[in-house]
Amino acid sequence: MAILVYTESEQGKFKKIAFEVASYARAIADQNNTTVTAVCINAESPMDLEIYGVDKILNISNPDLTTFNALSYSQSILQAAENENSNIVVISSSADSRYLAPLLAVKLNAGYVSNASELPSSYKPLTVKRTAFTNKAFENVQVNTENVLISLAKNSFSINEVKSNTSLEELPVTVIENDTKVKSVEKATDKVTIADADTVVSAGRGLKGPENWGMIEELAEVLGAATACSKPVSDLGWRPHGEHVGQTGKPVATNLYIAIGISGAIQHLAGINSSKVKVVINTDPDAPFFKAADYGVVGDAFEVVPELINKLKTFKAQN
Amino acid sequence: MKIIVCISHVPDTTSKINFTEEDTKFDRNGVQFVINPNDEFGLTRAMWFKEKQGASVDVINVGLSDTESTLRKALAIGADKAIRIDMIPENGYNVATQLASYIKNGNYDLVIAGRESIDYNGGMVPGMIAALNNSNFINNCISLEIDGTNVTAAREIDGGRENIESSTPLVIGAQKGLVEESDLRIPNMRGIMMARKKQLEVIPPIESTNQTNSIKFEKPIPKGEVTLVSPDNLDELINLLHNEAKVI
Ligand SMILES: Cc1cc2nc3c(=O)[nH]c(=O)nc-3n(C[C@H](O)[C@H](O)[C@H](O)COP(=O)(O)OP(=O)(O)OC[C@H]3O[C@@H](n4cnc5c(N)ncnc54)[C@H](O)[C@@H]3O)c2cc1C
Ligand SMILES: Nc1ncnc2c1ncn2[C@@H]1O[C@H](COP(=O)(O)O)[C@@H](O)[C@H]1O
Repeated sequence: MAILVYTESEQGKFKKIAFEVASYARAIADQNNTTVTAVCINAESPMDLEIYGVDKILNISNPDLTTFNALSYSQSILQAAENENSNIVVISSSADSRYLAPLLAVKLNAGYVSNASELPSSYKPLTVKRTAFTNKAFENVQVNTENVLISLAKNSFSINEVKSNTSLEELPVTVIENDTKVKSVEKATDKVTIADADTVVSAGRGLKGPENWGMIEELAEVLGAATACSKPVSDLGWRPHGEHVGQTGKPVATNLYIAIGISGAIQHLAGINSSKVKVVINTDPDAPFFKAADYGVVGDAFEVVPELINKLKTFKAQN
Repeated sequence: MKIIVCISHVPDTTSKINFTEEDTKFDRNGVQFVINPNDEFGLTRAMWFKEKQGASVDVINVGLSDTESTLRKALAIGADKAIRIDMIPENGYNVATQLASYIKNGNYDLVIAGRESIDYNGGMVPGMIAALNNSNFINNCISLEIDGTNVTAAREIDGGRENIESSTPLVIGAQKGLVEESDLRIPNMRGIMMARKKQLEVIPPIESTNQTNSIKFEKPIPKGEVTLVSPDNLDELINLLHNEAKVI
């Protein structure tokens, strides 16, 4: 058995999820007494992976892969898998990885399990738990093929630092041009994104209007958090579509999710309930969110949030 | 232009999720089924191509006869023809193989599927169709224009958007943002009457393998009680988040 993990980077720097998937791949290797090879594309310092239990690193340096292209990236990872004779390939659940995954699965002739939330429970045949029904349930899936592709759900496996004797090789790949080309990217570079954040501060219709988001952004800034919102808030145009979280929006799997003036409708909760710790601030003690939260404050956001910002600033200054 | 929209028939978003037969099957008792929301965004965009550019729009589902109400709804919204591949949709690959084969024979220019289904959440079917048929593929699609064979589109990325050029034949993974919420259509009486006369073709599946099998479902462990903190004592909240939850 040989294990390959695709460790994603952005502008040359590894993403945090790269270390999560490397740690997960290491754990699979330990259960099977085998080694882990990581493949990375245009990483600036591939050896950063050596403390996450990777035995071998294949770095692909190729100017044709400077911007993400699902087909070219899947072909490159495929070449790494063929090079290593890998039969288990692990990737993250980032938007890019889940874009290339089905292309890779078909070419690898691999059974594909997305959103895996734990280590496989057995290997003969490989069986692994994944989230389904938008986090309202888990599904145990058995894979019948020789090759397996697993995408690991975000924040479901903790990063483990284990130093190994890591070797580094350059992997030359053939990139075949295809018709799908990125022309431009519009992205706010100064903001933490929902996908990368450890904390998300989210607000709903209880905020009354877009002019009241100043305090939400300030709270997010103090916490180094990303901002998000409920569906009606983005439908009303108070906030951009990309901030909408929930069953029909973005999924949120952070360490801390703070919901302010959000009632806690089932469709909202479905998208955020794989976050580890949930805090709700709402005037209505009967708001359904209180049943789903870990900590709650029954109070007016317009009083509680500014006060919380002040206290957090004091806390940060002392810690 | 020939468009086909892949429609998955899913429990309404308000449904309580339960399982039967020793947690091996989804319990359909009392559950309302709807068009998968991501597919509905895609279907709505397809209607725009039909009305503005004279495209034909077929809808297709892999499922048993219980999904026909959902296909009829898509016809009532304005699709021209429906196809049902008569098979239990066991897993994403199996569904994708069935769809890819039908689509290849039908020479469709544009295949619209959802970014993911809200029941299985596989996020696999559109990409697999593209890979099986060697079509171009744009996932998380939030904008789409087609002129001849030229495609101008956008994909949602973390914290922004990517503007893309491509060409047909194309598969997209549709999601919120592709159309405005206010453009979504509720079938009217005329649409429902017309849908009764439209063709719903039932075809047998082709042979395909199950790369994966679902063996058992589980429900999340129920949550403990919420710890309430008084709004006058926010220091306590910070203390709990720092020392107990260890998240700040
Ligand atoms: C098919 C479908 C899909 C959907 N998908 C999603 C989804 O993905 N994500 C999503 O979020 N929703 C989704 N919804 C909508 C969902 O059902 C709810 O309507 C929505 O989540 C409610 O948003 P809200 O909590 O911001 O607003 P409301 O329900 O209006 O709640 C506002 C809350 O703010 C509180 N409040 C008022 N004033 C204050 C104050 N001063 N301080 C503190 N609290 C205050 C109120 O007590 C109330 O609880 C979907 C609905 C459907 C039908
Ligand atoms: N049984 C099915 N019949 C037709 N289309 C489907 C079916 N299952 C999934 N799809 C399509 O594939 C998309 C993604 O589904 P999934 O890969 O299950 O997340 C859905 O939004 C549909 O467009």
